[in-house]
Amino acid sequence: MSPGILGKKIGMTQVFRPDGQAVPVTLLKTGPCTVVQRKTVNSDGYDAVQLGLLEFVKPARLNRPQTGHLKKGGAEGVKFLREFKLGSGANDDMKAGDQVLVGEFKPNDKVDVIGVSKGRGFAGVVRRHHFRGGEGSHGSMFHRAPGSIGASSFPSRVVPGMRMGGHMGDDRVTVRNLEIIEVVAEDNVLVVKGAVPGPNGGYVVVKRAKR
Amino acid sequence: MQNALLSNFIKKHLRTDVPAFRPGDTIRVHVKIKEGEKERIQIFEGVMIARNNTGLGDMITVRKVSFGQGVERIFPLHGRSIDHIDIVRTGKVRRAKLYYLRGLKGKAARLKERS
Repeated sequence: MSPGILGKKIGMTQVFRPDGQAVPVTLLKTGPCTVVQRKTVNSDGYDAVQLGLLEFVKPARLNRPQTGHLKKGGAEGVKFLREFKLGSGANDDMKAGDQVLVGEFKPNDKVDVIGVSKGRGFAGVVRRHHFRGGEGSHGSMFHRAPGSIGASSFPSRVVPGMRMGGHMGDDRVTVRNLEIIEVVAEDNVLVVKGAVPGPNGGYVVVKRAKR
Repeated sequence: MQNALLSNFIKKHLRTDVPAFRPGDTIRVHVKIKEGEKERIQIFEGVMIARNNTGLGDMITVRKVSFGQGVERIFPLHGRSIDHIDIVRTGKVRRAKLYYLRGLKGKAARLKERS
């Protein structure tokens, strides 16, 4: 049993539960993945599997070290690689060259999904930190500015952690404990409840829920 | 363009028993209502004045005038709360959203039958 699987976000829609409840879902195209490398305590100091998402990759897009590494793992057409740590003792059955498919996941399982959130560029404090901003009109000259960022001669500096404008998004974000609603094994599609970080087509890592 | 896997998934989950009706048609929606343990069916009959085609989230707005009071209900077309839908009468209209009917009453709110 694999600790996780790699995939791409497809998009969102909704489905209905048998009792009529509408459930927002995200579709993920997960796998097929291949085990590119199996790390062990003896050789690497810890237990892990490195999975690669099998997809179409132009050979010219990979450099020689990458090609060599994939060749060693018997994988072809992989550009998205991620490592999953293994608990001691467990998962001894996985070895390089093994395939990982969505079929390993079952409806009602809980998963954590990791993605890279959409980049928002340089965002002001209203958008980035939900500051209220000021009035738009009525003579107000204070619109979307952050306001005071601290006292004057004491402490004569801005305290660390002050919330200001800056780059927002494009961060690694984990969403925990998403319920699996459906598994479409023939299309390699995993249907999870709720939203997943990142744009449609963005890479995601699906892990079995920690707790 | 929508991803093929997404549209496949939506197609699989769409209800297939939805009759082909259009805005302006008078339809009879049989709604399942849960009262405690029991389930019964209530009928809501009116003119379908709007539909938003968003795949599985497809909603229809049905309007009727009940004791002089306009009543509109919005139903999820592919949800489980609808038992079935009958078409009572067709209506000839020239736009997709018939919100103008809200401002009309009596004889003015009639619609011609579609031939």
